[in-house]
Parts: sequence; C-alpha cells; structure tokens
Amino acid sequence: MSRILLSSVAAVAMLASVHGAAAQTEIQWWHAMGGNLGDAVNALADQFNKSQKDYKVAPVYKGSYTETLTAAIAAFRAKQAPHIVQVFEVGTANMMAAKGAVYPVYQVMADAKEPFDPKAFIGPVYGYYSTTDGKLLSMPFNSSTPVFYWNKEMFQKAGLDPNTPPKTWKEVGEAAAKIVASGGKCGFTPQWQTWTMIENYGAWHNLPYATKANGFGGTDIELKFNDEPRIKFIQMLADWSKDKRFVYGGREGKSTALVTGGECAMHIASSGSASAIEKALGKDKVGIAMMPYSPEVKAEPQNSIIGGATLWVLQGRPKDEYKGVAKFLTFLSSPEVQAQWHQQTGYVPITLAAAKLTEDSGFYKNNPGRDIAVKELTLHEPTENSKGLRIGNFVQIRDVVDEELENVWSGKKDAKAALDEAVKRGNELLKKFEAANK
Amino acid sequence: MEKRVTFNERWLPYLLVAPQIVITVVFFFWPTGQAIFQSVITEDAFGGNTKFVWFDNFTHLLNDSSYYESVRITVVFSFLVATVGLAISLLLAVMADRIIRGASAYKSILVWPYAVAPAVAGVLFGFLFNPSVGTVSWMLKGVGIDFNYVTNGNQALILVVIVAIWSQVSYNFLFFLAGLQSIPKSLIEAAAIDGAGPGRRFWDIAFPLLSPTGFFLLVINVNYAFFGTFGVIASLTQGGPGQATNILVYKVYNDGFRGQDLGGSSAQSVILMVIVILLTIIQFKYIERRVHY
Repeated sequence: MSRILLSSVAAVAMLASVHGAAAQTEIQWWHAMGGNLGDAVNALADQFNKSQKDYKVAPVYKGSYTETLTAAIAAFRAKQAPHIVQVFEVGTANMMAAKGAVYPVYQVMADAKEPFDPKAFIGPVYGYYSTTDGKLLSMPFNSSTPVFYWNKEMFQKAGLDPNTPPKTWKEVGEAAAKIVASGGKCGFTPQWQTWTMIENYGAWHNLPYATKANGFGGTDIELKFNDEPRIKFIQMLADWSKDKRFVYGGREGKSTALVTGGECAMHIASSGSASAIEKALGKDKVGIAMMPYSPEVKAEPQNSIIGGATLWVLQGRPKDEYKGVAKFLTFLSSPEVQAQWHQQTGYVPITLAAAKLTEDSGFYKNNPGRDIAVKELTLHEPTENSKGLRIGNFVQIRDVVDEELENVWSGKKDAKAALDEAVKRGNELLKKFEAANK
Repeated sequence: MEKRVTFNERWLPYLLVAPQIVITVVFFFWPTGQAIFQSVITEDAFGGNTKFVWFDNFTHLLNDSSYYESVRITVVFSFLVATVGLAISLLLAVMADRIIRGASAYKSILVWPYAVAPAVAGVLFGFLFNPSVGTVSWMLKGVGIDFNYVTNGNQALILVVIVAIWSQVSYNFLFFLAGLQSIPKSLIEAAAIDGAGPGRRFWDIAFPLLSPTGFFLLVINVNYAFFGTFGVIASLTQGGPGQATNILVYKVYNDGFRGQDLGGSSAQSVILMVIVILLTIIQFKYIERRVHY
C-alpha cells in the first residue's frame, strides 16, 4: 500500500517537474483598458511573448480603474494577487501606504539586475510616482495631461481666427462671448474638472495644492487650493456660466459629449481624448494647443501635471517570477514600444527617447497638436508645486471637490465658500488617512 | 379546530429548513459579522496595518455634516419613492381592474418595466433627460423648463425618484391588482345595491380590504428605496450634483469601493442596517395594528 502511494507521489512529482520545465512562467497583468485601448494592451503583451520564451504575460481586463483596484485588493487578501496591476494616479498615496503589499519598481529592477535608468524618463511623469529621493515606485504606463481643444468651425462662424487659439483666460472669455453671440450653445467646458481646473490650474501657475510639496514630503499635510487666484478663477467661470460662456457638463469625462456634439467650442481635456474628439469633429476641424493661463497670476505657465495610470507590482508571488516582471517592465519602457503606444493612443510617451523617436518619424507633422502634451509637461523644470500630487484618500477628496464645485455651478455657493468648504472637508479625510497609516 | 402537521422523524423538520438557514447564515449573518468587525478597525486597502479603533469610525461619521446631508436626502427620497410609487400603482391597478376589453394587454404592458433592471432604467432615462441631446429635456425646453439634472440638484433628485418609481410600479401594480381581484364581488355588489357610488365603494370596501397588501408593499418599497435604487443612482447621477442624490447606500459603496475606506464604509452600513431594522419594527408594531386581515 505504502509503496503504491510512494510511487504514485513520485510519478506525480515527476510529471509536475516535467510540466514545469516545459511551461513558461505566466505573469498576470490586470488592467482597466477597455475597447481600442484593450486591443493595444493585448498587442503589447503578444509582442513581448513573441520576443522571448521564458515568460508569458497574460493581460486580464478587470473593468474600470476602481473595479480593477478592488479586484486586485480582494485577490491580494485571498493570496491570489496578480503580478502587475494598473492603478490610476489618484490611488498613488494609498498604494504607497500599503506596505507589504507593494513591491516597488526600483527594487524589482535591482533584485532582478535589470538595467534601469531614471534619467531616461520625462520629468513630471517620473516624479509623480517616485519617492522624494527619486526612487521609482510604479512603472508609468498610460499618462496623459490636459490640453486645450478648440472647434475651428465654430471659431470661424463667430468671426474669430480659426487658427489662433486663445492664450490667456481673458482671451478665452472674449472668444466665448463671441461664440455665444454668434449662436453657439456653449463657449467652454472642462473635462475632469478637479484635475484640470484645480490641480492643473495650480501646477500651471506654480500654486501649491497641499503643504509639504503637495504631499511628497509626508502624510501630515493640509490642502491649500483655496487660494486667491483659484477662488477668482472659479468665480470667473461661475459668472461665465450665466450666459453659457461656460457650461458644466458633468463629472469625469462626461462633458466631452458637449464638444463632440458641436455645442461647446472650447474644451480642456486629457491628451488621451484627442483621437475621440478628432474622430467626432473631423481631424482638420479641431485644434490642440497648450492650456490658457492667467498672466496676472504668473507671467508664463510653469508645467502641467499628469493623470492616467501606472503599473504596480504586488508582493506575494514566488521570487523567480519577478524576474519576468522586471523583463516585461523593461520591454514596456523601451523607446520603440513607448513610441508605438503613444502614437496609437494619444497617451504621453514616458521616456524622452520615445518622444524623440516619434518626432523623427514625422508623426507630429501629420498629426499636429499631438506633441502639445509632452511640451506642456516639459515646459519648465518641475517645482514643488508642479511635480505631482501625493494625497491620501485622494479619490474621496476629488469627490468632495467635485461636489463643492457643483455647488458653485448651480449657484448654491460662491467660489470662496465652496473652495473653503472643500479644503475643510478634504483636510478631515487627510487626517483620517494620516491616523490610519501612522 | 386548528390543524397541526406533525413529523414522525426528528431530523426531517431541521433538514427542511436547513437550506433557508444556510442561505441566511452565508448571505446575511456572515457579511453582517464582517461589517461589524470592519467598522471598529482601520486598515489600509490591502488589509495591512490593521488597528482596533473602538468607535472612531462612528465618531468620524457623526461629526461629518455630509453624512447628515446624506441621511436627509435618503429620507426625502424614500418617502417620495414609497408614497408616490404606491399611489400611482394603486391608481393603475384600480383602472386595470375596471377594464373589460383588452385587459390582459394593458396588464402586460404595465408589468413590462419590471423586466428592466434599475441600472438599465437609469441609463435609459439618462438618455431621455440628457440636457443636450435628450428628447424629454428638449420638449421641456419647449414649454420653458430648462431641465438639466447634471447641474441642478433638485431636478436630479426628481429624476432619480421618477426612475426609481418607474422601475417599481409594475411590482406594486401586480400585488394591488391581485389584491383587488381577491375582494369578493358580492361585497361590492351589495354596496352598489345600497346605493354607494364607485368612490364610496373604493374607499369603504376595497381600500380597507387592500390594507394587508398595502402594508406589505410599504415595507417592500421602503426597503427598495433604501437599497434597490442603488443601480439607478450609480448609472444616472453617481450621487451628484453636489450631494443632491447621495443616498446612504450609494455613499457606503462610494466610500468603501471607490474611496477604499473600508472602516468608514462598514460603520455606515452598520448604521444603515440598524435604521432599516428599526423602520421595519416600527412598521410592524404601529402600522400593522391598523391593518385589517
């Protein structure tokens, strides 16, 4: 009996080892890229799998960013974590706080002895996801930044030069007035208002979002975005909304429908929206330019900050498998792959080499405006206020800001009262985060 | 005399109720226990750094003005959904009950919306009332109403109430109709012979006899308004604009699964559970007394 048992165990063990030798190590990559973007992700994984034999990357679409994160958390708790999970930028501080769950990218690379050069990356892209002493925590993947879009046809109809976008907010107001006067339904609408109108308006004018270098210096921070320039700016938009120079189109990316539907002539939106907007209006009917600024706040714009998502490596897998993860991350950040991803999707290339490769290929000549995002990000050396944001409970804080801004647009509150309240409520959430992660 | 069923085997009754007990334990007691446990700890999203904090999560909530705002909105919302919804369904049931020709066609049409999931209903109405391309909002503009649920909080609340009622009317309608049809015809006829008009016959005979159905539906509808309407809110307004439609159950989801604040979210669900238990007890204790079976 025992001999039979023993031999069968041996047989099974042998089978397993044979199987193990033949099979590649599978690397699970959970992501939130649906539709066309999902196809692009699958193509990347395919390319990597064909390039070598030891590892096989298996991308799995898990729904929205939130759903993907929730799924990864549940899997981690059940000790079934994927190797790589895509997390949006607002989750950064919460991911950092999850010690023991995250395997920082710089360490993954060092442990696997993969060559890795931080200087190859575009400054604000790298800075957003690295520690204060410059160590990269998660691999930037799909990064974007807000850019200014305008509808050339509506500009022409309003008697404006269709090839000259407004440079300052004052000019935006004047253009919006003419557009409304010429029968346009709406002058200007922003996408992801918390990101574009508060966070990026701040970085663009070198204003702090929070203390301690926007949270890069620690978790005991306070929000600071209820400053004079931003109160004035939000109040100005609220005043514009009375005669449709400004129209609020909903949270997140909902307002883009007003632009693609030909109601709004001007838009500030993610550079990743370029292909969708061009598709709807026609490539030659849309212009892409740098975001307008307020010269009375800062004589010239600073630099913009990014949005989008990065790839986090999770702990809890056998050590050998992380070698494959490191190889895959190297592959993803190679100039050719990045250039291809950037041109296909409109996301920002994460390395300078990829940007150069795209420029040399003549892509920007055929697709004017697609280089604006990189130009905005690299306009100046990032300051403490424009490096990025490292805010705990950021998803909830953004909800609070959204709610308070909506109170301004509906006329319930003035800009000062709303921003003060947003800061107050946000600080409560920050305190909670600090207490929980001491 | 009362008829009693007796079992010869001792284990048989336990076996028969076992599936129900298992379902209740797995889908109610276990998650409830988890929620209560989560509500007294804080931890990071990945389950590390767990700390026992007593009632800190509850104190945070009770000091948070936005939580009270959410409670207020939930009360208004549930009251509107339950009362207006029941009134409309009753009216429709009475109408359908009186119809003779094509009755089944009307009934089928009235039951139809129940086949549409609340989330789908939310998307549908979102299209109809879309401020820029919606058919209904375009017609409203024609009569001088600028309907924009994206920026106007009151309009958003009205819209989610309409959608929530629309999805639930069929269910209420079915029960009311069945209730009406089970009222003995002889009672109605006797009243008619005594000279009672249709209004009088409804209020003095049909309505009291419908009260058990009405009571049952009240409990179901209040619970529906508290929990079942999640899909409507999630697909239509996500709690906005401002906090105009941020009902408690949506806030639980939002703080827990979007904000990854599991402690705070669990504390909210514990409170929510207590509220619903209390409501149901009150309904059974006080309203049921006035119900004629």
